Amino acid sequence: MSTPGTLRPPPSPPARDLPTRTGPGPRRRTRRRTWRQALRRDWQLYSLAVLPLLFFLVFRYLPMTGNVIAFRRFEPGGSIFGERWVGLRYVRMFLTDPTFWDVFTNTLVLGALTLLFCFPLPIVLALLLNEVRVRRLRRFVQSVSYLPHFLSIVIVAAMVMQLLSVDGTVNQIVGAVGGDEVPFLQRPEWFRTIYVSSEVWQTVGWGTILYLAALTTIDDNLYEAARIDGANRWRQTWHVTLPGIRPTMITLLILNIGTFMAVGFEKILLLYNPLTYPTADVISTYLYRMGFESSNFSYAAAIGLFEALIGLTLVLTANTISRRTVGTSLW
Amino acid sequence: MTVDAGRDRPRAHRRTSRGRRVFQAVNGVVLTVVVIVTLYPFVTIVARSFSDEAEIIAGRVNLVPRGFDLGTYRLVMSDSLFWTNYRNTVVYTVVATVISIVLTTCYAYVLSKPRLRGRGVLVGVAVFTMFFSGGLIPNYVLITSLGMKNTIWAVVLPNAINVFNLLVMKAFFESLPEELEEAAAVDGLNTYGTLLRIVLPLSKAIIATMVLFYAVSFWNSWFTAFLYLDQQELFPVTVYLRNLIAGATGAQSAGGVGEADALQAAATLQSVTIVLTTLPILLVYPFIQRYFVSGVMLGAVKG
Repeated sequence: MSTPGTLRPPPSPPARDLPTRTGPGPRRRTRRRTWRQALRRDWQLYSLAVLPLLFFLVFRYLPMTGNVIAFRRFEPGGSIFGERWVGLRYVRMFLTDPTFWDVFTNTLVLGALTLLFCFPLPIVLALLLNEVRVRRLRRFVQSVSYLPHFLSIVIVAAMVMQLLSVDGTVNQIVGAVGGDEVPFLQRPEWFRTIYVSSEVWQTVGWGTILYLAALTTIDDNLYEAARIDGANRWRQTWHVTLPGIRPTMITLLILNIGTFMAVGFEKILLLYNPLTYPTADVISTYLYRMGFESSNFSYAAAIGLFEALIGLTLVLTANTISRRTVGTSLW
Repeated sequence: MTVDAGRDRPRAHRRTSRGRRVFQAVNGVVLTVVVIVTLYPFVTIVARSFSDEAEIIAGRVNLVPRGFDLGTYRLVMSDSLFWTNYRNTVVYTVVATVISIVLTTCYAYVLSKPRLRGRGVLVGVAVFTMFFSGGLIPNYVLITSLGMKNTIWAVVLPNAINVFNLLVMKAFFESLPEELEEAAAVDGLNTYGTLLRIVLPLSKAIIATMVLFYAVSFWNSWFTAFLYLDQQELFPVTVYLRNLIAGATGAQSAGGVGEADALQAAATLQSVTIVLTTLPILLVYPFIQRYFVSGVMLGAVKG
């Protein structure tokens, strides 16, 4: 394996020296020598990583450090790291801001509802699809159910508006059963239902893919054994099928928990309006308005940082719990 | 890829008892409902797009167009802004996809070499960004201070690498037989040569999948363009549609009876724009669907 790179002498441009610093202190000497060998041998490979690393550095890690403007006063058009330190001023600001706590609650409610419906329903649908014996039928149902996943959120939002408008299908049904027309999109009490059901509509089919893949990897002999032990269909599902897809379930659950706080920002931005703010406004939409409509960048950045930290904590916690209890984890 | 292998094998435990038949019937009904619910919005939007506005206002349009009318199609198609924005979408999608594929392929290939020193760090650099990000405001400030506002770069660069796609591709490269590359090295090919002449030709399936993944996500994206582009001529068609529906909600929230007419007039217009924007995806969908599915499964089975 060590033949490829050694044919050429290794020049050492600075970019490739970056990984050197990751070695722990005490073993630096020996490490250094082997790093040099690695660079000599694989410099072409490392060179392929330069542009992608530059991408991560500029578009992912620079914004992370840019979060310091949450603790500094930012002037529009000024440095991305702000002008001067103001300490925890903006943090205190949102902690005492009643609107912030309203949107915080909304975020939790919408996040919880999304998790409650969008996580288990793909599993149910996958189990049902798995029971379909007619291959063509199953293919057809799958194809149809994946379809909404490929639509732009803008299109989904536009469809939701059309269906729920005063002359839309839902109101036609309401009218048919003798009810009065409801302007759904202007009623705060309807927003959560609308949001969650459109989310289910768009994601449930696509969500089944991973479970269907996991289902095919379950050994048929396990079913055989369960049947010999006298297990009926239901018990086979409970004792063989579900444990079989458990790693997939847990992985997806952790990922879902990670996005708990970042509830569908784009969709809410498209669907909500001042009338539905009481239930629809979430942290990300609030910080969007703070940042771009009130031009309070530092304040918005402080809220954003708080949100991101909660998200990170949730993932790490879920991952740790899952590793300790069931032995499945993301890393 | 053993994904499909066990699926249609007749299984001994699946005897057809009466309970079984009942279950199958119920299952069939449930899945039929799923199909209908999924497809219904598409059908009704198409019906609306061909309908007369008066019929829509009266709430009579459902599955079939009423008062067949192509006027709105003519209206939208004669709007030069719509076509400009449509062309922008195509340009942004192509440029962004090319950049994304090059960067993702390079990095995934590097990550797929287990012998590489510092590989763990390189993986970590990418994976960490899945769970923590700078957030909206710092990103906005960055893009602005890089002078990318109102340029195509604001749309095509900031999301060039999708870490999930990267991991799927890495898994694929890892599954290639190592001996091939060793042989290539013995024959005197360097790393670049091996990647271009040995690995990539073997990776057509995964590259096709990645092209589809990226292309669809760039085709559908609207928020970056909405945030960083101020001039109408630069908008992608998704922002055109967004402004159309935002106009309608604006009228709704202002909420007078007098504005109802303007809102209703927008109904056909919206439907037509939705149909025209969705059409390309619906047309290619039957052909590309299998690639998407295999791509996702590849990531799942390996990961």
